[in-house]
Amino acid sequence: MTAAAFGPIAETSSPSRRRAWMRSEEARGLAMISPTFLYALALLFLPVLIVIAYSFWTQNYLEIDRTFTLENYRQALTEPIYRDLFVRSLWISLTVSVVTVVFSYPVAWFISFHGGVHKNLWLFLITVPCWTSYLLRVMSWKVILGYGGVMNTGLISMGLIDKPVTSLLYNSNAVVITLVHSWAAFAILPIYVSLQKVDRTLIEAARDLGDNRIKAFFRITLPLSLPGVISAFLIVMIPTVGDYVTPRLVGGKDGVMIATAIQAQFGKAANWPLGAALSVTTMVLVSLSAAAVVLALKFAIRRIK
Amino acid sequence: MSDRAMIQIENVSKFYGIYKALDDVSLSIAEGEFFSLLGPSGCGKTTLLRSIAGFENPTTGEIYIDGVPSLALPPNKRPTNMVFQSYAIFPHLDVAENVAYGLKRLKLSPEEEKKRVGDALDMVRLSGLGRRKAHELSGGQRQRVALARALVMRPKVLLLDEPLSALDKKLREEMQVELRTLQKAVGITFILVTHDQYEALALSDRIAVMFDGRIAQIATPKEIYQRPRTRKVADFLGGMNFLKAKVLGEQGNAVSIDTARFGAVQLVKPQGFATSDGHVTVGIRPERLRLLWDDDRAPHELAGRIENRAYFGEVTHLTVGIDGLEQPLSMVETNNFGADDLPIGAEIRLAYDPEAFVLLAEDPPVSRL
Repeated sequence: MTAAAFGPIAETSSPSRRRAWMRSEEARGLAMISPTFLYALALLFLPVLIVIAYSFWTQNYLEIDRTFTLENYRQALTEPIYRDLFVRSLWISLTVSVVTVVFSYPVAWFISFHGGVHKNLWLFLITVPCWTSYLLRVMSWKVILGYGGVMNTGLISMGLIDKPVTSLLYNSNAVVITLVHSWAAFAILPIYVSLQKVDRTLIEAARDLGDNRIKAFFRITLPLSLPGVISAFLIVMIPTVGDYVTPRLVGGKDGVMIATAIQAQFGKAANWPLGAALSVTTMVLVSLSAAAVVLALKFAIRRIK
Repeated sequence: MSDRAMIQIENVSKFYGIYKALDDVSLSIAEGEFFSLLGPSGCGKTTLLRSIAGFENPTTGEIYIDGVPSLALPPNKRPTNMVFQSYAIFPHLDVAENVAYGLKRLKLSPEEEKKRVGDALDMVRLSGLGRRKAHELSGGQRQRVALARALVMRPKVLLLDEPLSALDKKLREEMQVELRTLQKAVGITFILVTHDQYEALALSDRIAVMFDGRIAQIATPKEIYQRPRTRKVADFLGGMNFLKAKVLGEQGNAVSIDTARFGAVQLVKPQGFATSDGHVTVGIRPERLRLLWDDDRAPHELAGRIENRAYFGEVTHLTVGIDGLEQPLSMVETNNFGADDLPIGAEIRLAYDPEAFVLLAEDPPVSRL
């Protein structure tokens, strides 16, 4: 009797539950994001899948041999030229991110703590360089760092050097300098946001409990702004590993990074599978090193207190 | 509590531009005293507390903490610790780490540090919660952590900035009792900032009432409630019926006053008392007026009629109109005898004690610029 009575209820509950779900906040939220979600899926996820697929295939002159192979990865990981490029790319991007964060943190800190009523003006000024094209900004560094550039003539006129320094341009230092400048705004903003969220009373409490300004900074402000530091680090590091334009323009022979090799495989060398394998390897390496950096930062902060 | 001054504030003023946040404040707080700064928001009480802690720099004056002139010292060099209004619990540390925060500087042995943290947590009844994070604590628990974190430093003065205002009424009353017990147990000077007059009355040894950056009166809770110096102080510390009255004559410290319907009374002259035109303000607390039932007789009676009534559970607030008085009187009656059932418009008689009147001095004119 009871079972018979419950039977029909159980049957009707399923469609009514579905209808309830359709009205729920979750369903509405998914519906709202679905256009952009589909867009992202089609233009971000699918291309990556295609690249991954290519990396397991072989180029046969003009045709693609679709039999599964790991040959491309063997080449990407063992050929000395690629290994050197990976190491250099990671090293440059790591250096760039460290230097960018170190330079950006004080700027963000100053705006957040001493920007007064002009915080927005300061932030606005920081974005001003981004108004010109990325290409132009990189090119202007050529003017600054070049043989007869601003830097050399300036140093000569100050009497610090006799003849122009040639080590400024066309090497990895030039790449680092240019990238740090290009990405500074993108590091300042997330650090600023996380500093803004630090409750100022916490710093007062630290001072009250015996910390001087510097100690309170390292024990309270820095750990609490760590999320901003991490995002700044990732925002800078991930794109710079694969940067193509800057090494091309100011890097010279010593500043070549992995993106140049990838471009060569997809272009002149016409070996898409190898190019794809290099891309995938880059992605994996970037993810691993980014994760390592995040863990290291978190560990370092835990040690401070 | 000893007679030795722990805090000595001398002629402290603080200007923000031309705005006077503190206007020539001087006071002295004894060692082991529970002292409250009471006043409405914006009266400067928090600025004064933060000046003692070292977070504000008064424009002029000096603050001595345990005899040491301290205005030049940063907060970390002062023997004071503070319980912040928001509690300021460090969110990235757990309870024990929060409490141990200030101890790190003392370079104690790990056992000693652990013991002190444990003792402090025991004192505020939080033992066993050492590994909790700030966001896992209730409001009352956060408040206790903030207390433990400050007390573990064994400060000479504990500063409390509206520590109970974020708690609900029940918890607030519990914590009031606990704060008082704690202060008696540790014997440290406590300075409490509050805008809640009942909190100040219940906790303090002495209260300083502040208005507009100035101290209006410093006295014990009983004195400040029963003998408020000015109308503003009287008003801030609870209900008060104000009456215009005429001065009949002065003899030394006493003044005879004609309060019209209440007859002539002899009152003590408050500090700063002056009258230019022979008119003064006197006050009487609502609970000092008493309803007379049926055959009750009192030496001083007045007839009136109920104009309004509000039921408050244990008491009823009555508004009573009296012929010949501009303002109706408020009075508070317990509900034991049926005051809550009196109909509006009922004719009643009330008794008063002429001794219960307070002569009030004029409030100084407000100018903060």
